[in-house]
Amino acid sequence: MLNLAVTLAFTLLGVALLLTGWRLWYGPTTPDRILALDTLYLNAVALLVLTGIRFASALYFEAALFIALLGFISTVALCRFVQRGQLFE
Amino acid sequence: MLLFIALIPLLGALLPLWAGGRRGRDVSVWTTAAVTAASLALLLWLSPVVFDGVVLQANWPWLPQLGLNFTFRLDGLALLFGLLITGIGLLVILYARYYLAERDDLGRFYALLLLFMGAMLGMVLADNLLLLLLFWELTSLSSFLLIGYWHSRADARQGARMALTVTAAGGLALLAGFLLLGHIAGSFELSTVLAAGETVKNHPGYPVMLMLILLGAFTKSAQFPFHFWLPHAMAAPTPVSAYLHSATMVKAGVFLLARLFPVLADTDLWFYLVGGTGLITLLFAAYAALFQHDLKGLLAYSTISHLGLITLLLGLSTPLAVVAGVFHIINHAVFKASLFMAAGIIDHETGCRDMRKLNGLFKYIPWTATLAMTAAAAMAGVPLLNGFLSKEMFFAQTVYQAAAGGEVHWLLPLLATVAGIFSVAYSARFIHDVFFNGEPINLPRLPHEPPPYLRAPVEVLVAICLLVGIAPAYTVGPLLAIAATSVVGGPLPPYSLAIWHGFNLPLLMSSLALIGGALMYWQRRRLFRLGDRYPPPDGKALFERGLNLGIAATRRLTEGLENGSLQRYLALLIGVALVAGVAGAWQGGELTGDQPLPPVDLLSLLAALLLVLTTGLTMLWHRQRLTAIILLGGVGLIVVLAFIRFSSPDLALTQLTVEVVTTVLLLLALRYLPSDALPESMPSRRLRDAGLAILAGIGVAALTWGGLTRPLQPELAEYFLATSLPGGGGANVVNVILVDFRGFDTLGEATVLVIAALGITALLTGGFPLPIRSSPRVVSIEERWPLLLRMGARPLLALTLLLAAYIFLRGHHLPGGGFIAGLMTALALATQYLAGDFRWTTAQLNLDYQRLMGGGLALIGFTGLVSALFGYPFLTSAFTHAHLPIFGDFEIASAMAFDLGVYLVVVGAVMRILLELGQANAEENGWKP
Repeated sequence: MLNLAVTLAFTLLGVALLLTGWRLWYGPTTPDRILALDTLYLNAVALLVLTGIRFASALYFEAALFIALLGFISTVALCRFVQRGQLFE
Repeated sequence: MLLFIALIPLLGALLPLWAGGRRGRDVSVWTTAAVTAASLALLLWLSPVVFDGVVLQANWPWLPQLGLNFTFRLDGLALLFGLLITGIGLLVILYARYYLAERDDLGRFYALLLLFMGAMLGMVLADNLLLLLLFWELTSLSSFLLIGYWHSRADARQGARMALTVTAAGGLALLAGFLLLGHIAGSFELSTVLAAGETVKNHPGYPVMLMLILLGAFTKSAQFPFHFWLPHAMAAPTPVSAYLHSATMVKAGVFLLARLFPVLADTDLWFYLVGGTGLITLLFAAYAALFQHDLKGLLAYSTISHLGLITLLLGLSTPLAVVAGVFHIINHAVFKASLFMAAGIIDHETGCRDMRKLNGLFKYIPWTATLAMTAAAAMAGVPLLNGFLSKEMFFAQTVYQAAAGGEVHWLLPLLATVAGIFSVAYSARFIHDVFFNGEPINLPRLPHEPPPYLRAPVEVLVAICLLVGIAPAYTVGPLLAIAATSVVGGPLPPYSLAIWHGFNLPLLMSSLALIGGALMYWQRRRLFRLGDRYPPPDGKALFERGLNLGIAATRRLTEGLENGSLQRYLALLIGVALVAGVAGAWQGGELTGDQPLPPVDLLSLLAALLLVLTTGLTMLWHRQRLTAIILLGGVGLIVVLAFIRFSSPDLALTQLTVEVVTTVLLLLALRYLPSDALPESMPSRRLRDAGLAILAGIGVAALTWGGLTRPLQPELAEYFLATSLPGGGGANVVNVILVDFRGFDTLGEATVLVIAALGITALLTGGFPLPIRSSPRVVSIEERWPLLLRMGARPLLALTLLLAAYIFLRGHHLPGGGFIAGLMTALALATQYLAGDFRWTTAQLNLDYQRLMGGGLALIGFTGLVSALFGYPFLTSAFTHAHLPIFGDFEIASAMAFDLGVYLVVVGAVMRILLELGQANAEENGWKP
């Protein structure tokens, strides 16, 4: 049962990855692309958690934690630049 | 004990700086004199043993693998030079105190003088060729600083530069010569080398080696044709001239000839090269000295001439010639030091050194004049003075050489007499022109007797001239004997140090020289007219032309290679790589190995597709900079995932942190650029670049393919896996390699990082032009620093710091370590600056990043030194297990401190760079750091 769920989730995540890729390509505005990148980070987190479940290893969760944390910082920096044209003020 | 003789002045060089800055001139003098006196006292204390014929030795290994050791020897020659260096040094210290003006920085002067003195002492005491060379170069450097002491004067700077260029070039030749010599003799230890004379002289490499070593010695001792730097070094303060050009710097060259005499001398090549150069220098410089109108210029050329005399004597290679040469080294040092000092007094009192204006000074400064005249008479070789004795011995040797036959016949004594005539003539000019010959002409001020302490050193030296000249056997006899013995390397033939040897040829030559010199001086006007018409050639113009040619050539080369176009550099780089790759592939070989490829899963394929997509889009839109950065973020993320997928967690963590830091950095830099880039190259250029890129891409793909289809080479990996835990105390091989196996590399990289951060700081100091764009509209605080962001960022800091600490602590065993932890910390800190008011955050965090990275670097060095302290090689790590309640078992390794250093360096450097780049933005809002 779990196996099936995981496989299903992997498939859906693959589709999600494709869609974020499309959003990155298509845009059309910069905020769209930033959002796409952020989503990509989210997808990566999900992917790692899933892999952790699949292989029953805690190491992947840790990696997911780091990506979540650092992805946030990257998004904040990008947003700030788009909004204010500068990072520090 | 021996080590300290040289070490005391080298370390003591710091004292006058400290004293001069804080206490004033007199303390400065006393500390310097005390340091010198300590060295002198040590020498004297050790000297009785040396007089008994014992060679004192001391050694500490330094880099034994390279043959470089701290070995010192104190034999007769070293003792003689040591006494000259410290003894005359003491007098110069006293003299300089009263010579230098109030506005001159005495502390700096004394510090440089002590540095130079220590280098000279180290050189004469060294028992290792490489060590000797090290001190030799140090004398070149410190004399450069001394000659350029009045660095605001152009002639001082030029003179110093010329001296450094010539002597340092000679030093390079000397290094090559020493390496050859050490190779031939089988050791760099002088004790071994000196005993290997026959082997060395019969070796086919002897001529080349000899010429290289002689180049070093001749440049240093200002032998023709390298003499030209010495007169220009007269721009130095007179105490420096008195020291460098009498007892020390220029004597280094003849010291080297004397030191290596047992190994190198007594061959035909030596005879012609050393003797010939000495003879030419002796004659040429004596001739040129007569035409100098500058008082110090005359002394400079006479110094060159006397050095030529000593070189000639050493070139003659007979034991008695060596005795004469060593004797003249002493005598010349004494009378030339006093003459320079006397010239300095005259310059000091009148403000003028031109002998055409300086006339009739005797009645203004009778006592100084008497002293100077006595010293000048010693220089001319007048009986009852020390110069007479060694000059007489020199004449005797030339006669002996002629009598022994050989090709030179009677030319040698004849030329020696001619040189003697010139020498008397310029000495006569020094005496008569300056102190008599009418009245002074247009002097800046009329002189009177100097303060007694300025004159005291001259008095001491002139007294020595007289003592040695009258009773040589009782004064310098023993010292001369042991010094000459250690040069010859065996017992000396009998010789007599008396004034009167009966009526003989040398006496006739001396008398001829005296009379001829007087006559020549009497007829000087005619000679000067001649000299004005045919001036002696000046090497300076030639030297400068050569220098300019060299500079122009290198500049052309640099400009040809480095024209500022980054595209061009890349094209060259990649082009060369391509050529090399193709050349390698040309030699044949199978591209595809026999390893089957691993199976592909759908998800990896999908990720690869995304990677290709994002990379392609980045390339396509690289001119829309912000978009390109976003896409690059995507590329980076997929690479991180790939690292995780192929199980290299360390790389994944590093890549992830670097990725985010890069994004922030690029965003900061974007501020300085227009938002859209214009095409930078011509279409044809772009076609070329595209071709190169595609070819290089194909090459890399082929390489990867070749690598993937071949089995791994597990030896290295197995070695590290097997040794990292027992050897480095950590299970995480990557980390152990970084902090232990290759700790020295990491130290270097950390240093580079710090330098880069400081360099960026320096480059951005004073602001950086920003492109003009519409300023952000005035907005409310809420919009500028959104509450949600501000509040959200704060717990983030705590969380990230916790994670960083976790990553750091476990780094030695599991993926992590100081570098990743450092980047994470820096990111967390940067977020605080992003989220809130820059100024407020700076005040709140209150961190000095520069100090942080400096401290980190110091910590890394310190851990290395600690292991050295326990007798292990630099940066050896030690570790132990420990158990703490709650935390459990963990390892305490010295590598931990090392890693902490890395952590601090990374945090400091990254923050420094980010803030420096970001500051300009903040400054617009009226904020200055």
